[in-house]
Amino acid sequence: MPTIRIDGVEYEMEAGKNLLESCLSLGLDLPYFCWHPAMGSVGACRQCAVVQYLTDEDEQSGRGRIVMGCMTPVTDGAIFSLDGDRAKGFRESVVESLMLNHPHDCPVCAEGGECHLQDMTVMVGHRDRVYRGQKNTHRNQYLGPLINHEMNRCITCYRCTRYYKDYAGGTDLAALASHDHVYFGRHQEGVLESEFAGNLVEVCPTGVFTDKTLVNDYTRKWDLQSAPSVCTGCAVGCNTVPGERYGRLKRVHNRFNAEVNGYFLCDRGRFGANFVNNDERLESPGLRNQTGSYDPVDHHHALQVMAEACSGARVAGIGSPRASVEANYLLRNLVGEDNFSPGFNDGEHKLVNLALELQQASSAVTPDIRSIESADVILILGEDLTNTAPRLALALRQSVRNKAFEMAADLRLESWQDAAVRNLAQDQLSPLFIAATGSTRLADVAEENITLAPQNIARLGAAVAASISGHAGEDLEPEIAGHVEAISTALRAAKRPLIISGTSCGNAEVMQTAADVAEALCQSGQQTMLTLTVPEANSLGQAMLAGPDSPSLGKLAADGNFDVLVILENDLYHRAPEPEVERLLATADTVIVLDGLDNRTTSAASLVLPAASFAETEGTLVSLEGRAQRHYPVFAPKGERRPAWVWLLACSKELGLSTAADLHHFDDITRDCAANIADLAGITGAAPDHHFRNAGVKIPRQPHRYSGRTAMRADISVHEPKQPVDEESPLAFTMEGLNRSQPGSLLPFVWAPGWNSNQSLHRFQSEVGGPLRGGTAGMRLLGPGQAKESGPRENPPAFSPTQGQWQLVPRYRIFGSEELSALSVGVAELCEDGYIEIRADDALGLEVGEGDGLNLNDGLATLEVKINNSIAAGCIGYAAGHSGTANLTPGENISLQKAQGWKRRRPQLIGSDRSTEIGSGND
Amino acid sequence: MSLTTPLTRNVRDDRRPTDMAAYEANGGYQGLRAALAQSPEDCLQVLKDSNLRGRGGAGFPTGMKWSFVPMGDKCSPGHKYLICNADEMEPGTFKDRLLLECDPHQLIEGMIVSAYTLQADVAYIFIRAEYHQATRLLQEAIAACHEKGYLGQDILGTGYQLEMHVHSSAGRYICGEETALISSLEGKRANPRAKPPFPQVSGLWGRPTIVNNVETLCNVHHIIERGAEWFKSLGLTEDAGTKLYGVSGRVKNPGCWELPMGTPVRQIIEEYAGGMEDGYNLKGFLPGGGSTDFLTEEHLDLAMDYDTIGKAGSRMGTGTMIILDDKTCPVGFVKNLVAFFARESCGFCTPCRDGLPWSAQVLDDIQNGRGQEEDMDTLARQVKFIGAIGNTHCALAPGAMEPLQSAMKYFPEAFENHLSGNCPHCNGGTH
Repeated sequence: MPTIRIDGVEYEMEAGKNLLESCLSLGLDLPYFCWHPAMGSVGACRQCAVVQYLTDEDEQSGRGRIVMGCMTPVTDGAIFSLDGDRAKGFRESVVESLMLNHPHDCPVCAEGGECHLQDMTVMVGHRDRVYRGQKNTHRNQYLGPLINHEMNRCITCYRCTRYYKDYAGGTDLAALASHDHVYFGRHQEGVLESEFAGNLVEVCPTGVFTDKTLVNDYTRKWDLQSAPSVCTGCAVGCNTVPGERYGRLKRVHNRFNAEVNGYFLCDRGRFGANFVNNDERLESPGLRNQTGSYDPVDHHHALQVMAEACSGARVAGIGSPRASVEANYLLRNLVGEDNFSPGFNDGEHKLVNLALELQQASSAVTPDIRSIESADVILILGEDLTNTAPRLALALRQSVRNKAFEMAADLRLESWQDAAVRNLAQDQLSPLFIAATGSTRLADVAEENITLAPQNIARLGAAVAASISGHAGEDLEPEIAGHVEAISTALRAAKRPLIISGTSCGNAEVMQTAADVAEALCQSGQQTMLTLTVPEANSLGQAMLAGPDSPSLGKLAADGNFDVLVILENDLYHRAPEPEVERLLATADTVIVLDGLDNRTTSAASLVLPAASFAETEGTLVSLEGRAQRHYPVFAPKGERRPAWVWLLACSKELGLSTAADLHHFDDITRDCAANIADLAGITGAAPDHHFRNAGVKIPRQPHRYSGRTAMRADISVHEPKQPVDEESPLAFTMEGLNRSQPGSLLPFVWAPGWNSNQSLHRFQSEVGGPLRGGTAGMRLLGPGQAKESGPRENPPAFSPTQGQWQLVPRYRIFGSEELSALSVGVAELCEDGYIEIRADDALGLEVGEGDGLNLNDGLATLEVKINNSIAAGCIGYAAGHSGTANLTPGENISLQKAQGWKRRRPQLIGSDRSTEIGSGND
Repeated sequence: MSLTTPLTRNVRDDRRPTDMAAYEANGGYQGLRAALAQSPEDCLQVLKDSNLRGRGGAGFPTGMKWSFVPMGDKCSPGHKYLICNADEMEPGTFKDRLLLECDPHQLIEGMIVSAYTLQADVAYIFIRAEYHQATRLLQEAIAACHEKGYLGQDILGTGYQLEMHVHSSAGRYICGEETALISSLEGKRANPRAKPPFPQVSGLWGRPTIVNNVETLCNVHHIIERGAEWFKSLGLTEDAGTKLYGVSGRVKNPGCWELPMGTPVRQIIEEYAGGMEDGYNLKGFLPGGGSTDFLTEEHLDLAMDYDTIGKAGSRMGTGTMIILDDKTCPVGFVKNLVAFFARESCGFCTPCRDGLPWSAQVLDDIQNGRGQEEDMDTLARQVKFIGAIGNTHCALAPGAMEPLQSAMKYFPEAFENHLSGNCPHCNGGTH
């Protein structure tokens, strides 16, 4: 390890790092702007300047030169000065320069109080303004409903474009103009196209890019109460920090997890959580009366009704892959194992269980996201990851850069030399092969984009697996055969090959052959990674809990052997075809629904119990990589709302169930579940139990600076209500306690003296960019499995289009395909109604064009036409998860007719029209 | 008698361009033949021995610069590039224009020989957009070379191949910085790049690349043809060869001349530029363009070469002087320069992007009677902040500070006069 001297003190530092990150890892305050731990160094802002001396004599005589910490490698024997007058003076001059054109609008800035520019200004000690000239000003742009633009605050650090273009692959944000007129924006106003644009809010060190949903429902950031949480937008399991004030979820920030989301979230995760504030949230239990409307009842009464209904009756339970392990486990205990459905529809049931089984049985490793970023050859079968598991797509954009890092290593160029590495590699990428039912959002970084029907994607996978194992392939269709050689050659040459598939194209064979490819690589001695995506935040946990033999929704409807149906956080009408749901609901005399938001299923219930949202309850979720993670209530549920587990535990106790007798705390349920369900045995390791104390005290949800607690209800009563007591976790709803060095699963916010912005994170990491000091959150439940002996599998049959029939293939959108996020302010504006994607030649034959309506199977659905020539021949895509598509089943063959009397929707406004309509920059 | 003005031997009095026939008739493309008869290694050795230094302004030894380019097996497979920097935008500089417009074949021959020495297979001439006449001449000359077999797949039957392209710049001063030039050529923002890695190993499209000034490249085939000793014998001092010197400002005969390297300043100004115009006296001069420090009368007997001018506290730069006379206000003179550099900043690093406009603003205030006493402190602080190599991302801003810091040193009274409202040149201090 190199030893260097800083201001006369010797430090041992890790080789290969730059001085800035090394200093920050040591806890030394060295200010910076343009450097970012995930994006490396470019040396633009010159803020991290230090003085370097070549010799001891130079140091004594003060003959050194200014160098940038971020651009200077740590080398043995190097001598630096951070605190000398020259270094400090230079850094002060940098802030002084940055401030020349800054509007000093901190009092009205959404970044205020959590602003890196404020922190760095204070840190360098700049105070007095000497400049007498005018300030440059800019016009702001409308960038969509999620992100606010205020260019006057810009300090030109280039982080935004480096993140947006270089890191996330966006194309519609650029540095424009030059000298002191540099402008960061779009070529014209309009919604930012990247699915990861929201990270600009955290990447921007000042208030140029801010969270518009927060700006429009503003609160000071130090007044936010926060808790460690897990995103429920998809199955990736990104760690988040939602912030609350006045009982409203105000914003979601990234919560660092070195193995999962690192520093970044997708926009569904960041902006798709404020459905928590939705007006359709259920307030109190409702009992259906004779007229069919609901009478509100209190929770005692509601529980009594529920217990009475369940007592002695044949009760079936429908769980939910979006509810926690614990709530599902309690429901399963309440109704009995045989009567518990995990709540998957029939196709999903098979696919999710298969995904679990394949991973448990594979010799390949199920990678975390950090490992995914290390992959050097990638094959994706059937997934449009950017829309189904977005954070993985962002990770793959880093994986394909491994070629660049290899080239850099050959030149002995450090990987953090961001501009240099990019300039060296230019557009050379590690190979990524994508076979999907249509074009995907990763197409721009893929070596080959192959469009096939699902059956043929499976045939491609099978052929690649056969080729790797050295089996002679059978005669393949030319559209497949042409790709096998290139893919298998690249995979065989890979050091860290990664195969990705999943449930989203609705075809089991696709996943099966993906696992076969991974297995074939393992057999040939390669360290192989296999990722299989599943749809929802706890899909995998649900499969672990219920197993493949549990009844799917269709099976439950077919059996129909029950009087009472208890449905947990699951809008069946959104999940399964309507006739099946109607049949299922009709079977039961009493339907009891626990859910947060009013929906068609709650409207079919005899009794509705308002369930707390993810932000108001604790729960364990199992992500697609088999990571069990705990989320905690950010704020206590209002009024009669209760966490689903509280409702179910209370009911179980009311019924006197022996299984519930020893359950008192949330932790008891987790422990009980771990003890009884083998696959979930590890979930107790996801987070410490409620007895944990951090150096003897609890961990505060509110920062020291939290204000107004005594006054916030003063308009109602001058008596300050007692703060809610959290008996279920080591967290407290107060400012008191210790937020330092605790396990990573218990980090509610980051803040350190002098570091008020999210840049304070490094004070919680073992080293910059490294894992949290208290350990990485979550517990992996999937280890490398043992491959089952199996001979060569029979090749899946080929897809052959039939005249007048099309095969339905699901297509996904980051905004709209997920049920709850689509109900969030901002996101809702970006969601479309359900639609059909069809090739232009097919459309021509059906005499329809873009915007016309199409009937599917004479009334199965009627949807708007979008022309998409990338859809595999003989297939049509449909907007999965969108309104009007619940009746559609992947893989189904359907006929199409032009819809008569279809009314075209209003043409979409262009951005500039919208900005005049809505107004912009109104913070 | 041996050739003493190799660079301008084809420059005619009427400044009409030399075409292929005339160029060849005067010994053209003999340097190419001489080079192709040797190995690239031998060519490089001759060049190193010649002590040719870069004529773009920095004066870096060309042979040494080229020796960092990976050759043979040490070079990964792919292109190698030679780029001619013809983006001549240094204030007061017009020497490359003379070479480009009067003798385009000389540059092309120099580039082919250079590319052969480096074993580059693609060459670009990155030329200032305003030099449209030169652009056309170069394109015609390249076409003529293809016809003659001097460029293309199999040059003069040796198997060596080279393609040459002319790229007309979009017009930014910063494109003259070699890495910004490369960024611009790649279609990106013309931002300079941090070094290392140097373009020799990772330049255009990430490949080994050499960027040299027009005048530098024009020397190469002469050196290969006539030898290092001949070249060294041309200079008067340690620095070898000839140099295009120029003078602008209030002299009787402003212009550009090829003279032995190391010709004394006084000789250039008084003999070739004809001395000061009547009624004007020399107050100071920028020896090599707008981004070099002022020198004054006391420096007139110095030899114009890299080391001598460097030791005097300035830089020879491009070798084209701008004369400050005693009737021109130094404050306005410097303000114009700083404002130019502020406008031409690429906007990448803070001291340059925000510091230069501030300096220009302060100078404007002083010039126009809005100056305050503390403004001199501000300027001194800015000079320290912006004016050192390493403080900024590239050399633009330190260059911009050179005329300012030296004006403050040599002409402090000019600033004081303005602050007290007594500038003899500017209506009593205000314009």
